[in-house]
This record gives sequence, structure tokens and C-alpha cells, in this order.
Amino acid sequence: MLIVLLVALFGPCFTVQNPYNLSAISLSDAYKPPFWVEGGELPFVLGTDQQGRDILSAIVYGSRVSLVIGFLGVIFAGGIGVALGLIAGYFGGKTDALIMRLADVQLSFPTMLIALLLMSFFEQGVSNILIALAVVGWVRYARTVRGEVLVVKKKEYVEATKVIGLPNRQTLVKHVLPNVLTSIIVLSTIQIGNFILTEATLSFLGLGVPITRPSLGMLCSNGFKVLYSGLWWVSIFPGLYIMLIVFGINLLGDFLRDEFNPRLK
Amino acid sequence: MLLEVRNLKTFFHTFRGTVRAVDDVSFTIAKGEILGIVGESGCGKSVTGFSIMGLIEEPGKVAGGEILFDGRRLLDLSDNQMNEIRGKEISMIFQDPMTSLNPVYTIGEQIEEMLTLHSSLSPRERRKRCVELLRSVGIPNPEGRLNDYPHHFSGGMRQRVIIAIALAAEPKLIVADEPTTALDVTIQAQILKLMKALVRERNCSMMLITHDLAVVSEMADRIIVMYCGQIVEEGRARDVIENPSHPYTQGLIGSIPKLNEDKSRLETIHGIVPNMFELPEGCNFSPRCRFCREICFGVKPDFRLANTEGHLIRCHSACGVSEGGNEV
Amino acid sequence: MFKYLVTRIGQLVAVLFIVSMLVFFMTSVVGDPLQLLVRQNASNEERQAAMEYLGLDKPLYVQYGKFIVSTLSGDFGKSYMYHTSALRLIAERFPATMEIVIVAMLLSGFIAIPLGVYAGAYPKRMLSKTVMTLSVTGISLPSFWVGMVLIFVFGLHFSVLPVSGRGQVGSLLGIQTSFATLDGWKHLLLPSITLALSNMATILRLTRAGMRETMKQDFIKFARAKGVRNRKVLFGHALKNTLIPVVTVFGLQLGTLIAFTTITETIFAWPGMGKLLIDAINAGDRPIISAYIIFVAFMFVFLNFIVDLLYTLIDPRIDLS
Repeated sequence: MLIVLLVALFGPCFTVQNPYNLSAISLSDAYKPPFWVEGGELPFVLGTDQQGRDILSAIVYGSRVSLVIGFLGVIFAGGIGVALGLIAGYFGGKTDALIMRLADVQLSFPTMLIALLLMSFFEQGVSNILIALAVVGWVRYARTVRGEVLVVKKKEYVEATKVIGLPNRQTLVKHVLPNVLTSIIVLSTIQIGNFILTEATLSFLGLGVPITRPSLGMLCSNGFKVLYSGLWWVSIFPGLYIMLIVFGINLLGDFLRDEFNPRLK
Repeated sequence: MLLEVRNLKTFFHTFRGTVRAVDDVSFTIAKGEILGIVGESGCGKSVTGFSIMGLIEEPGKVAGGEILFDGRRLLDLSDNQMNEIRGKEISMIFQDPMTSLNPVYTIGEQIEEMLTLHSSLSPRERRKRCVELLRSVGIPNPEGRLNDYPHHFSGGMRQRVIIAIALAAEPKLIVADEPTTALDVTIQAQILKLMKALVRERNCSMMLITHDLAVVSEMADRIIVMYCGQIVEEGRARDVIENPSHPYTQGLIGSIPKLNEDKSRLETIHGIVPNMFELPEGCNFSPRCRFCREICFGVKPDFRLANTEGHLIRCHSACGVSEGGNEV
Repeated sequence: MFKYLVTRIGQLVAVLFIVSMLVFFMTSVVGDPLQLLVRQNASNEERQAAMEYLGLDKPLYVQYGKFIVSTLSGDFGKSYMYHTSALRLIAERFPATMEIVIVAMLLSGFIAIPLGVYAGAYPKRMLSKTVMTLSVTGISLPSFWVGMVLIFVFGLHFSVLPVSGRGQVGSLLGIQTSFATLDGWKHLLLPSITLALSNMATILRLTRAGMRETMKQDFIKFARAKGVRNRKVLFGHALKNTLIPVVTVFGLQLGTLIAFTTITETIFAWPGMGKLLIDAINAGDRPIISAYIIFVAFMFVFLNFIVDLLYTLIDPRIDLS
């Protein structure tokens, strides 16, 4: 995981070219396979695509887009979801019923499909993707947080804050939120992975990021067009890298979940 | 002898070290006998029961000793061979009737499973037998209740079903692990009476594991008292109850409230059960014992005869102690 | 039971209402269908005529009313691309999609559940740990990438399996389906595996988690004490208790699979609903998109209903009313 982050942060300093900088790309370098395959040559370690872009450089830049979308998506979805979950759980009653029915309806549809349909109405673009991710992602947060709040609410120390007359908002932020934080962290870890995958899939279908800022999914999509001509490296490597990133995140998520799950202790 | 346990050792290997849950335990159960095993929770009495059943799970392991049942050495049998004995020759009654029955099968199916596994009855005969069994454990309208699920029954009724399952294959020995602990007091008495009657009627033996001396005194022919994985006192039920000789047994009996004695305070055993990872060097009970002497801290005591025949205790001091004792 | 049915149908109506509102406003607000119908340099009269033809000149609520009425009668209008009824197009493509979904579902059920049972019953064993690592890989794999790798390996490198299209269809029980011909099966294999992979991982993980909790229960020990054989304890006593959450997810996963068919079908050029949707989105073909959404919404409510019914079969403690 750390390596993935480091690559995304500092990778651009070491790549042979900036894939956004058209002047750095020359068509004469196109269709080069990875260097260990016949016909391949350094410095294009993983080969080049149909326009002569270095695959490795593209992956490094693409991973930045993917990671940023993953993290920001979690922050947006988490922010909305946690807030709604806290409100639903703490105040109960009609607010709770409304929020949770909405969540139920949405949960009966797969997130991927909702994101896909939303993006079919929106323009391509990073901010629209984030909106779509927030719309599909808030439900799980809201549900988890609400469930935990219902438990925490009954605890004496929360009841006590009412006795001393603390305003609701302070009780929520200072006394309830810290208690549900572990679950939020565990969930967020898993969600980052999910979001990166969702974004990649959307981009692959041409419904994600614009072509000017290719994410890893976009790179795969580009590569798919030339897969049948035998240029496997253009699409396989970016996909492999997505898998590595998400795999790392999921392992971390599994570990955190097992650590914090009292039922398996 | 129906069951003979010799020097049984069952250890649990954990990250923090080895727990000697059952450490060198030997006893016998005769045909038709009810043996009570008494002790606090964690003293190894349940583990003894599970060791006999061959149901010790990771990280536990039977580390040594012998279990002879009807002339067969159970520890040498494979899991498949044990499946022929479990349920058929030795069956078990569990502590919590609310969780021991599988919630997704009807009680009829759960009794019948025993008959399918261990008898050659035809489906119709099996059904008849199920009804008989339910009737014998006192479930009203047994025909109508065969197709009910466990959640339709109360705790006491479920325990009756479990007893019916345990009896289904006519076992020679029943291991009952705290069979009444989870029940209401009024129902406890009913269930105990029922169990005793059924066991006597079928001339089968029983190993009754409990922390409740009152239960044991009503049921058992002989009693074993366990403490920290070892037997500390053994003898005929009346001898042990009326004339407890080990300080631990005395403490246990002393802590039962008595109606006819006017005492303002209950007696208690002071101190707590020692950490199973760091048992005392000498007698396991020494840190809590009122009669503790120097030798108790250094040397593990051996069995010796108490007052009456067949009444054994594991204590250095004792003997004279039963007459009131002189506190040291 | 009756009360349950009524609430279910109420839910269905509510869901469809919300969905239809969203669909309608999304399609009305975003995107301009005129571009498709009218020439680039069309005159204003031509545009006007086209708008009237589509009913776009009326106020929104009238349009919505018309939309609801026609939706209720199953008429989503004609596809801009194909000039036939949108619903009929979807209905035509539906069997092809169901084929890969069913095969994927069977694959994941028969492989993932036994593995999950094993990994849950013996979490410490080597094989369980391997299975778990593979399952993490499974949920980390982008499904389009799996599809590409399969195409490359089996289709291009070894050339053993076809990678595009649906192949020959034969007639089975009166339905035209790929199940009836060998060629159909060959075409079916790779898309189904692609679709099944992440689904398998999810179901496996869920089964395992459930088994781990069930195996700690008293009734498992009691079953062992009855002399029940190990295999029967795992698959008879433990699995049936674990199945309840698995069935929910199986139902939900079926929905997810249908969503993911869009990707699989795009990659393998499989002529199903998913590919139709993507084509429609790319072409801005509104009737198809709306018809698809409503169709899928309907299907999901129906699926949830089936899952509820299955619950009562598995768990006697659940009473629908």
C-alpha cells in the first residue's frame, strides 16, 4: 500500500515522459512491446501504446487520478453518510424512517448500476464521478453508523450528557462520533477499494473521467481497442496495477475488520 | 466397570502458554451408577466430559491417559469409529437448551436423526419411536409437536427434547453437562427427577457435571470434586456431602445457605481461582486454604483415605480437619 | 401472508414511482434527443416539428403524465436508434443476458459455497488460507480486466474459445437459447466466467464468515455428540443456518450480476440487455434507457420478493406476516 502511495506521489519525477505533454510523445515510438519481449526497448519498460505513450508513465499518472477519486469519493460519501446516519440513529422517529426507507430502496439496486445510470445522464468528468460515487456510497455509511449509534445512545455516558444539558450537536460530535469511528475507518478502507474499481469500470465503459485525464480504467479501455491486434501490454498492465492497489486496500480492510470485530474474539 | 478413565490429561495450547485443563484425572463409572462431578466453572469438569466424547477442539488436545469404555480404548479409535459410539453408546446432554437444538430443523427431525444414524428402524417405526420418546420425557401431545421447531418450545421443554434425543439410541452412558443450570429453579427439580427416573428405568449410567452441590446430592451415587483440573475429593455421595474432608469441599458446602441454621453471613471461600497459566507450585488450593501449612506451598499432595472406605482426598492437612479443624 | 403481499406491492409501487420520477427528470433535463432525429443544419420548422412529434413542446408535468401513462401500458416509445418499441428490444435481448447470468450464478454457487464452508470450518488450514487470499484477489479484480485477459489467453493466444458474439442458438423447450448448441456453450463460457469471478469471491467470503460464527454454536457440538458425520455436520447442520445471509446476498448479487453484464457484454460483444444499454447511453437513446431502468427496477423488486420467500423456507423462525 505504502509503495502504491509513494509511486503516485513521487512517481512522476522518475518517469521517462509526461503522458499529458503531447510534445514529449513521438509516434515513432508507438507499438513497442515491454522491453523483455522481442522488439521492445528501454526506456519503455512496459512498452508503448498506439500513440507512442510509455505505458509505465501512463500508469503512474493514471494511478494518481484513480487514487484521488477513491479518496475524495470516500470523503464525500462518508461525510454525507455519517451525518445522515448520526441524525437517523440519534433522533429516530420520522427522520430516521425517511432516511432508512430511502436507503432500503437504494440498497435493493446494485451500486454499480446506479453509478452507471447516473453517469449516463451526467457529462464525463472527475467532479461528476465524485457526485455519482457519493450518491451510491452514502448508504452503507448511514446504515453502519445508525446501527452503532442506536447502541451507543443507550449508554450511560451519553444519557449523562443530556442530564448536564449539552446541546445535541455537541453530544453527537463529542460523545457519539468517537465511538463509531472504528467502524467508519474499517468501512472507508474497503470503500476506497470499491470506489477505485467502480471508477475504473465506469471509465472503461467511457462514462468516467475525460480522455484528457486518463485514469487506470481509461487506460485499459484504450488498450482494449488494440487488444485484438495483439498489443496486450497496453491494457493488461494498467489493469494489473488496479488489482494490486485494490488488493492491498482490501487486505488492509480485512485486517482492520478482524482486529475490531468483537464477535470473532 | 462401564467407564474407566485413567490418568487423563487434556491440555490447551494457547499463545500465552499451556493450560492443563484436565491434569491426571482418574475415575470409574459402574453400570447403572450416577457419578456427580462438581467444581467451579473452569475447573476442567466439562473438558473431562468432552474428552470422553472425543470432542476436544483446537487448541485443546488429549495429551495422555486412557479412557476405557466397555473394554474399548476410546482414545485409539478413529473419528469414524467414534461416530459409532457417540450418540449410540455414550450420549450427551448440554447446558443450554436454548442453543443446543438446531433452530432450522423440527424436533422430530432432530430426534429421528439419532435413530437414522444408530438404528435400523424403518421410517414408520422411527416416527413411532420419536413419539414414544417425547411422551416418556413428559411432552404433552407428542404426535402434534413432532413437526414443531425448537423456537416453539420453552427452555424446560427444549431440555426435555434434548433428553429424549440423548436417550433415543438407548445409550449405556449419558454425559450430562450442567443440564439444569440454564433453567428456572422450579423446572430444574422436574428435569432432575425425570432424568433420574429415566436413567434408573433403563439401567444406564450417567456422568453428571455440575457446579451445584444440591443437584449432585440429590442425584448422584458417588461424587468427584474437581479443582483446577484435578480431583481433590472422591467418595460416596453421602460421605462427601455429610462429611466433607477436603477444605475446598468444605468451603463449597459451607457456602450453601441453609434454611434451618440461623447465620447472619454465608461462609465463603476467600481468594479467587488461580490463573490457569500460573498454578501454584504446591497444592493448587493452597493460596485459598484456611488450613494451609508450609508443606502445602511446596509439595503437590497425593490421594489419601479419609474417614470412610472409598472416600479419598488430595490434601496434606485434612483428616482431622473434618471434625472442625484447627486453623493455622 | 396477504398483509405481506399488500405491503410488498405497496413497496413496488413506491419504488417504481421514485424511479420513474428520477428517470423522467434526468432524461428531460439532461441530453437533447433532437440531435439524433434532426439534421445538423435543420431549419427551425423542422426542429419544431420534431419536438411536437416527441411531445417536447408541452410543459414538463404534462410530459411526465404522458410518460407515466405510457409506461403503465408498457410503452416507452420507439427507440431513436432502431425505430422499434424500446420494451420489445429489451425483451428480445433479455434471454441472452439471462443465459450468462444463470451460468455465472451456478458457477459461483457450486464452487464458492463449498469452498466457503470449508474455509469457515477450518480457518487455520493451509487450503483455507489459500482460498481466502484468492478471494481477496477476486474482489480486487476489475471484471473488465478479467475479460480482457481471458480474451487474450483463450481467444488470441491459444485460439481455443470464441471471444465475441453469442454463437449459434438452438431451440430448447421452445425458447431460442445458446444452451441448446455446443457452439452456444463455447461462446457462453468466457463471458460467464468473467461475470462469475468477483461474485464467487463475495459469496465465498460471506459463506465463510457465516460458517465461522455458526461453527461456534452449541448445536454444532451437540450434533457431533450425536455421532453425526463431519460432512453432514458441515453441510447439513451448519450450512443451513449460515444460508440465510447468503441467500440475501445471492439475491442482491443477482442484481449486481445484471449490472455487470453491461461490462461483460461490452467486452465480449454479447447481444444482451447490458450492451443495449451502453449503446443506448452512448447514442442518447432515451426510450431504451428509461425502459431499461424501469424493467430492472421491476425485476429487483421481484427478486427481493423471491428472496423473502426463500427465507421462510430456510428459516422457520421467520414469519412473513
